[in-house]
Amino acid sequence: MPNIKDSIHITSLSKQFKGETLPALQDVTAVIKAGTITGLVGPDGAGKTTLLRLMAGLLLPTQGKISVLGFDTVKEPENLHDVIGYMPQKFGLYEDLTVIENLNFYAALHNLSEEEKPKVFEKMFHFTALRPFTERLAGNLSGGMKQKLGLACSLLGRPKVLLLDEPSVGVDPISRRELWEMVQELVQQGICVVWSTAYLDEADQCGEVLLLNKGKLLFYGPPKELTKRVRARVFEMDILFKKRRLILKEFLKRPDIIDGVIQGNKLRFVCSPSFHIEEKEAKWQAVAPRFEDAFIDILGGSHNGESALAENMPFKHIKGGNHPILAENLTKMFGTFTAAKDISFEIKQGEIFGLLGPNGAGKSTIFKMLCGILQPTAGRALVSGYNLKTAPSRARSRIGYMAQKFSLYGDLSVQENLDFFSGIYGLVGQRRLKEVQQMISIFDLSSYLRSNAGLLPLGYKQRLALACSLMHEPDVLFLDEPTSGVDPLVRREFWNHINGMVEKGVTIMVTTHFMEEAEYCDRIALIYGGVNIATGTPMELKDKVKTKKRPNPSLEEAFIALIERIDRKKAS
Amino acid sequence: MTHFSFRRFFAYLKKEEKQILRDPSTFLIAFVLPLMMLFIFGYGVSLDADKVPLGLLLEDTSPTARSLENAFLGTNYFKVKTSYNRAELEEDLTGGRLRGVVIVPQDFSIKVLEGTVAPLQVLLDGSEPNTARFALNYTEGVVNNWGIQQKIEGKTSVILPLQMEPRVWFNDSLKSRYVLLPGSIAVIMTLIGTLLTALVVAREWERGTMEALMATPIRISEMLLAKLVPYFLLGLSAMILCVFLCVVLFGVPFRGSYLILLVATSIFLLAALGVGLLVSSTTRNQFVASQIAIIIGFIPAFMLSGFVFEISSMPEIIQAMTYVFPPRYFVTILQSSFLSGTTWALVMPSLLIMLLIALFFLGISVLNMRKRLD
Amino acid sequence: MGQLRQSWIPIKALIIKEILAVWRDKKSRITLIVPPLIQLLILTHAATLDVNNISIGLYNEDTGWYSHELIQRIKGSPYFKHVYDYKDSHKIREGIDEQKAIVALHMQSDFSRHIAEGNSATVQVILDGRKSNASQIVLGYLNLIFQTFSRDMLKLQGVDILEKINIEFRAFFNPNIEYIYYTVPSLVAILSMVLALTVTAMSVSRERENGTFDQLLVSPSQPWQILVGKMVPAMVISIGESTLLMIAALLLFKVPFEGSLILLYLSMIVFLFSIVGVGLFISALSKTQQQSILGSFVFMTPTMLLSGFATPIENMPLWLQPWTNLIPIKHFFVIIRGIFLKDMSTLEVLKYSWPMALIAIFTLSIAGWMFKKRLE
Repeated sequence: MPNIKDSIHITSLSKQFKGETLPALQDVTAVIKAGTITGLVGPDGAGKTTLLRLMAGLLLPTQGKISVLGFDTVKEPENLHDVIGYMPQKFGLYEDLTVIENLNFYAALHNLSEEEKPKVFEKMFHFTALRPFTERLAGNLSGGMKQKLGLACSLLGRPKVLLLDEPSVGVDPISRRELWEMVQELVQQGICVVWSTAYLDEADQCGEVLLLNKGKLLFYGPPKELTKRVRARVFEMDILFKKRRLILKEFLKRPDIIDGVIQGNKLRFVCSPSFHIEEKEAKWQAVAPRFEDAFIDILGGSHNGESALAENMPFKHIKGGNHPILAENLTKMFGTFTAAKDISFEIKQGEIFGLLGPNGAGKSTIFKMLCGILQPTAGRALVSGYNLKTAPSRARSRIGYMAQKFSLYGDLSVQENLDFFSGIYGLVGQRRLKEVQQMISIFDLSSYLRSNAGLLPLGYKQRLALACSLMHEPDVLFLDEPTSGVDPLVRREFWNHINGMVEKGVTIMVTTHFMEEAEYCDRIALIYGGVNIATGTPMELKDKVKTKKRPNPSLEEAFIALIERIDRKKAS
Repeated sequence: MTHFSFRRFFAYLKKEEKQILRDPSTFLIAFVLPLMMLFIFGYGVSLDADKVPLGLLLEDTSPTARSLENAFLGTNYFKVKTSYNRAELEEDLTGGRLRGVVIVPQDFSIKVLEGTVAPLQVLLDGSEPNTARFALNYTEGVVNNWGIQQKIEGKTSVILPLQMEPRVWFNDSLKSRYVLLPGSIAVIMTLIGTLLTALVVAREWERGTMEALMATPIRISEMLLAKLVPYFLLGLSAMILCVFLCVVLFGVPFRGSYLILLVATSIFLLAALGVGLLVSSTTRNQFVASQIAIIIGFIPAFMLSGFVFEISSMPEIIQAMTYVFPPRYFVTILQSSFLSGTTWALVMPSLLIMLLIALFFLGISVLNMRKRLD
Repeated sequence: MGQLRQSWIPIKALIIKEILAVWRDKKSRITLIVPPLIQLLILTHAATLDVNNISIGLYNEDTGWYSHELIQRIKGSPYFKHVYDYKDSHKIREGIDEQKAIVALHMQSDFSRHIAEGNSATVQVILDGRKSNASQIVLGYLNLIFQTFSRDMLKLQGVDILEKINIEFRAFFNPNIEYIYYTVPSLVAILSMVLALTVTAMSVSRERENGTFDQLLVSPSQPWQILVGKMVPAMVISIGESTLLMIAALLLFKVPFEGSLILLYLSMIVFLFSIVGVGLFISALSKTQQQSILGSFVFMTPTMLLSGFATPIENMPLWLQPWTNLIPIKHFFVIIRGIFLKDMSTLEVLKYSWPMALIAIFTLSIAGWMFKKRLE
């Protein structure tokens, strides 16, 4: 039993919110040890944020108690707050203060002494790469930069306990890696870290994992222990790149396949124990299981590969040649700052095109120019053959758009959201009724029709947002970090629909920081410093960085290596 | 470990100060709006009803009627338009260009000379009751005076038995801006203390910064004080600006003690801030907070303070309500401080009650403020 | 025609959404209904410049019949509610200083003697200048009482004096000169303005803070459609609210309604157009909800003060009076009171509507221009 003075003890903890029928947390007991990162994982709505808030003393437990380093969260909140660092999901930054002002403010609140300050700030600047932006208002930072600044603020007090609520959402792979290393360093000094995340590759690297589902603790222990349950049930298979979506769909129909995902030119499957051995011939290769495989397995597997959405969709015939999205020499200047420089690409019908790049590299700028929210300084963008500048309305009517965090009208009901979005895209009469009805049945929204969209479980929000962007049957669909912060089950369901639609000729443009998502893409453009530094299929990008030392790089490694290559070039 | 840390307090204070200085809307509400209000009260509106546009219909053009016309022309109360055309005046009255029409009938002078009752008719625009009442009262005054004067002129020996010697204390020319300008300070302090504070704290809840703050070592006392102090100072500086302008620019006399005014303003601001904090921490939503701040802050300051509208003339229920809100007491102190000097019997109880209200609201907001989300 | 219908569809969706957004949220639904009703109830009774329930202090050193008679008349007057008898002049100072009385009369010991001898007696009238409006009105009341007293005394003394000139008054449109007939229609106008202004001023900044504004921008709707979609709901909500308040005015306050309802609604639409234009202008300027709220306040306060609601425009300095024509609600006050009480003619309504129409065209085109600029 770890010492009560350097660990978090959660005893029979329950939390019931007023007006809710089900408890948010139910009888959770665990000990969180110092000197390791404890991952907090679980599907959306499992109670992760509630647990973190309870540990931070921000909520009162209904039953049970928590002791953090020996301090009771209810009776000794002040002692507790002196030793913890907490980063909420909304980061807690003051948008009308500059980066340095935010840091100074939180440094003082966390009692960081003036002598230590330069050293600590130095470290923070190194890790956040925010030094060039110290005088910028926090509100003008990109999402990822805000995230890093928020984390930096919570670290300033040299906390003994660090509670992080989804710190890596919206953060690019490079920063994510740095973030991780930084926290790892803190852990070695013997502090407690609780890291809630929807990225299960992170959970894999944690010392311990708490897996919550519907407020109950499903698993608690080292991730490897959970991974054991799918040992010898995970396989990879080389396939023809072009056919990967179809093949995946076929396999997922089988009852003995629990989960399947695309990984470039490979498919990865988790099979049930009853899976027949004779199938595992030539192409099937057993691989080491990951935490995510076990996660899906313990939660009862993912979907069956069918997409009712795609099923109901007629094949698209598009005007404007074979290139629904065309970017020609797009350049955007903000004052003297070039946010995007001379970006050109063409996206073919039925292609999934990914826009990747570090935070602040300019991919949002490009994305916004392509869907008509920003006017380019030079060059032009065409959607389905319509110029966004000269025929904006025509062009936009061919676009479906799903914003980050699903920008739905939270205080409108599901039905009202559907009505609104169908109306604003000009649908009327029978067609409108039909489309709305179809979306309701495809996404199984009928039981939520009267609920406020803001109160839906995340998975349903995601479905609704997708439904809202699709009713006018767009030629192209723009997805801005569509699954950031979403759990693997919802993510799979989402990509299942996307895959199905692509087969019907819909073209997809997606930005993401999430490499698993990038693996679904047909082609990827890597943006860095406003410039397109590499375009190609996931394999092509990986091939570019293949070395003897690294014969089989992951997409994340490719991403990092390609950017470092540019940095080196600049330096020399 | 529960000590008060000045370092954290000052850091929070500095943050608040930067936000105030950086947001043009705080500047608008703390300085531009007060200036606008002072200028409007100083140069624009006035409650002194004078120069009411009045029509005089002379159906009788005899010297007697003319002398009555002169009596009307001789007062400051009316801007008289004489006419012989009834339709024209009536049209002006319905069109709102005249507030009343005095009709001098054809047989007016004959009846006056005969000594029989001479009827005079007054038509009023009832859609403006204030002015209508005023016009009626003053018409009666003018006509009565003229009537008495009429006979006296013939017999110089008659002396009017009752003479009035009016003395207006504190404001001898009865200028309404001497009253309105000091009173408007209460409205301005309410806007800064209640509305602005309510918005600012509600915004911290909406944006989620409150959640992050709560998990830091900052103490409730530090946070509360650091929220109070900047808006308190902002209010005081707005007050000093207002007093300066009232005295120097608009020539309102200041007969009381600046110290008392400072104390009263401080107590009033504390009460206003207490209300603002309470509203924002219970609603946690800017729109709702602003609406409630208007209802329990702005409206009482404007309507239930005696600043424009006389409290004793209101129905009793509403009179009772005025006692609950601090502006009533503050306006009393303000008007006394400017015009009559410190009247302890008025100032002392007002100060004490305001202090009680301030302590009550601050107390509730302290109790209400926990470092917790539920 | 088909194109027109096509461009109406997204506008309709926007309008419905906007109305639902205000209506579905319980808190904002309550703020929509309850505060205006409270305001109507309180303000109607509080916002009166009429003076009654006057407290008066009397210091009478005279023991004769005349002063007694004068005092009886004052006590008998309906205006004076509290009459205090003071025994010395310190009491007068105290009474006025401490605001126990707004006015005090002082009659010296030779009061009756002077009158009896056919001389004139002087009454000192001391007023509280801190209540300039009330003092002025009280002085008027006293003046009338004194005049009547003088006349009666003269008559009593056998002086041949002109009979009292009888003044009959007839107040058009409001025979009993009721204050609420004035305040209630004015408040309907004020409250509908406040609502229209805040709803439009906040509608864009709220969407910006929630991140849904981008969602509108990528839709095929054009800026003017979004603009119309923001305008109409504010107007519909305000008209609904005015209707509610007007029903309250008619049922609760029994204010007469003489004119044409259609004319009232038509002019209200013109009025609301001008207000919504200002609201959109504020919302195009502000980045946050706080800025929109405070911005609307900075517009509303001076507007209200200079609108002629609490103080007549005639009393303002001459140079200022023409500027008040820029205030939309000034014109609408004339119309709404005119239609409620006077059965104002179409021509008159038009006369007061066109300045509002001009203001509306001006504010809307500025707002439209700013929007287009911001969207690009």
